[in-house]
Amino acid sequence: MVEKTLTQSRGSVVGKKMIRIYFMGRAYEVPEGLTIMKALEYAGFRLVRGVGCRGGFCGACPTAYRLPGEYKLRIGLACQTIAEDGMHLVILPYSPMEKPRYNIEELKPDAGSIIALFPEVTRCVACNTCTKACPQGLDVMDAVQAIIRGDIAKAANTIFDCISCGLCSLRCPAEIRHVHLFQLVRRLYGKYILPKAKHLEIRVKEIEEGKYEEELEKLMKTPIEELKRLYSEREIEKA
Amino acid sequence: MSIQTGYPHEIRKLIKVVEETRPDRLKMRYRRLSLGEREELVRKWHPDYKPGTKRALRIGSCKGTIVYNEVADLLESWPAVDIDSIDLSSIDYDVDILVIGGGGAAASAALWAVYSGVDPENILIATKLRFGDANTVKAQGGIQAADRPVDSPVLHYLDTMGGGHFANKPELVKALVTDAPFIIKWLEGLGVMFDKTGEGEMVEYSGGGACRRRLHCAKDYTGLEIMRVIKDEVLNRGVRVLEFTPAIELLTDPDSGGVSGAVLWNIETCEYYIVRSKVTILATGGFGRLHLAGFPTTNHYGATADGIVMAYRVGANLRDMDTAQYHPTGVAWPEAIRGELITEKCRSLGAQLVNVHGELFIYELEPRDVVASAIIRECAEGRGIVTPTGACGVWLDLPMIDEVRGPGTIKKNLPAMYRQFIRHGIDITVEPVLTYPTLHYQNGGIEIDVYTRVLKPSGEPIPGLLAAGEVTGGVHGRNRLMGNSLLDITVFGRRAGLTAAKLVKETSVKPKISLGHLRKYTMELEKLGVPKTRKSPIVLPDYRGERVLLKSIKVL
Repeated sequence: MVEKTLTQSRGSVVGKKMIRIYFMGRAYEVPEGLTIMKALEYAGFRLVRGVGCRGGFCGACPTAYRLPGEYKLRIGLACQTIAEDGMHLVILPYSPMEKPRYNIEELKPDAGSIIALFPEVTRCVACNTCTKACPQGLDVMDAVQAIIRGDIAKAANTIFDCISCGLCSLRCPAEIRHVHLFQLVRRLYGKYILPKAKHLEIRVKEIEEGKYEEELEKLMKTPIEELKRLYSEREIEKA
Repeated sequence: MSIQTGYPHEIRKLIKVVEETRPDRLKMRYRRLSLGEREELVRKWHPDYKPGTKRALRIGSCKGTIVYNEVADLLESWPAVDIDSIDLSSIDYDVDILVIGGGGAAASAALWAVYSGVDPENILIATKLRFGDANTVKAQGGIQAADRPVDSPVLHYLDTMGGGHFANKPELVKALVTDAPFIIKWLEGLGVMFDKTGEGEMVEYSGGGACRRRLHCAKDYTGLEIMRVIKDEVLNRGVRVLEFTPAIELLTDPDSGGVSGAVLWNIETCEYYIVRSKVTILATGGFGRLHLAGFPTTNHYGATADGIVMAYRVGANLRDMDTAQYHPTGVAWPEAIRGELITEKCRSLGAQLVNVHGELFIYELEPRDVVASAIIRECAEGRGIVTPTGACGVWLDLPMIDEVRGPGTIKKNLPAMYRQFIRHGIDITVEPVLTYPTLHYQNGGIEIDVYTRVLKPSGEPIPGLLAAGEVTGGVHGRNRLMGNSLLDITVFGRRAGLTAAKLVKETSVKPKISLGHLRKYTMELEKLGVPKTRKSPIVLPDYRGERVLLKSIKVL
């Protein structure tokens, strides 16, 4: 086992071996084994931009980097990617775009509704740069093409795992505003194409009619010992 | 390509035990514990009962109340604003409703206020990072609502009370469970892509401590999906949002003693802004980033208990702040993502917890505090696995999900989890993962009533102040069940929006603003001898390297 040192990254134990990373061109020596985010913090940055959930869900820390000796531009999330020796990197926390406002109730789940709000979609040249830029590994271009074909279901499901980091929008030669475009597509699918849950409607109606009111009121007044008995004796459905 | 990808050789040898015992374990389940056995396990091993981690508050409205040390430190701190140098004579934002926070509770509150007729231009959301930067987006497993014919809000009530050790506030639990199906219907109508069958029936799973399959999900991105949809709708409605602008203090009306706005602070330019509001809604989330008892956390970067600090200074009652939820299955290794969440949905889908000998040691769907305690016990008694970086964990046998539910289940239902590990060279469809409890949730918080009005220790509401979500206490008692937090933020966020709208309609005069409430508080701090350098809220944690801090000078 490697010798350990405790860094400021709250209990992150890392090896003592140091590596050099280039953050926007400036070199920093950091311990091996940290994520890019923790490495920058170790180096002294108190992050405000380019940091969010720190767990790969929020899209605040998309990072572009190159490894030594390569021309290939790589993509990752700073909170999920391990810093490597000789890496040149930049965090790109924001992709400039205004969200078009719309009334979801007035839209139809078709290509026309979407293209009216995002006319640039039709400019897609199918270059696949968006797909290569996706830190989630999604088939971004396939989703854009599905939208043009009017296949909303295919598009919504293809980009469901999108974390709205905006890297595809920064790279796109057609200047598509993917982040907001995909949000609209998912909502149209969820609202108009996925069938409604009938059992849910029935239960909502029952509650509105006060079906459970009396029993709940009674439980609220039940002494704890009796509640414990009811709890322990309740029937448990198979998981 | 990268360093530390995949398991090292010595760990691979230990995985063999998991693989060898799997066929037998597939036929087995550990038995459920009785309430008495649960209590005993939790008292012996849960971090809440670790000595030296808590103390009694020495100042304020809940003087004498036991809270975690890290919380006491923040409450026994000086305000970040200097009472005498803040200029309250010019108001930067004069609104009906100020919503502090940018997660699911904040967005729900804003939307329901709009639905109730408040002009969106008169609602201001102020949040410390981006709108949507909150624990909401990290909630993976699902949202509870008793909507199947075999289920009922009554059973949901019993489960929630039992999970919370019967310490929950009954009227809040009733509100939670009766509003739940309605909330799901609302979200469905907004276009949330819930997992459904071809006929529209919700696909629902069991959560720990629940007696029915009741978890509605959107793969393992449930919170993210809910957040982005309601955020989109808030923006469609034209509500004003200030990002990178946390509140650092509340303002009070000296006549009524009520809350009348807040001091906001631009985290990038350091300028402060004065907001006057008829109603203020605290939706600031919890305290995970305080790293209670030295634990790593699953929480968002901004979860620093700011709301608790601000509310306490205006006299709010705090409850159950001596208990925290440690999620049973945090990442124990790889080190780079240690403390991150491995969703409980893994166990809902059938993954078992296994010790170094390949043995089961707890029923996986006990409430979280019970499972966490059992894992801590296994490690403490030498049945854990020592990770390559010297930490300890037990196995979560993920590959068995595909064996139980069919090949492809993991990739289809747990894409976020698959991604989280494959990025570090671990393929969860064929390899188990190492797990250990991680700080996850603030069980207690500010006491509210069913209208989300913030209460004083006397039980009277503080005029003008509402709160919703993780910042509040009472809904979950001393331990929250899986799937009840996404529900909490939407149920009580909605209620906050409705109450706020009603209060706005009833209030015709603009309130006065002052920082008068801080006078008494700072006198107590002075008397206690708290050093003036200790300030709160802290807004963000500080993870900068020690060496750099020692050599840091401020020139610009």
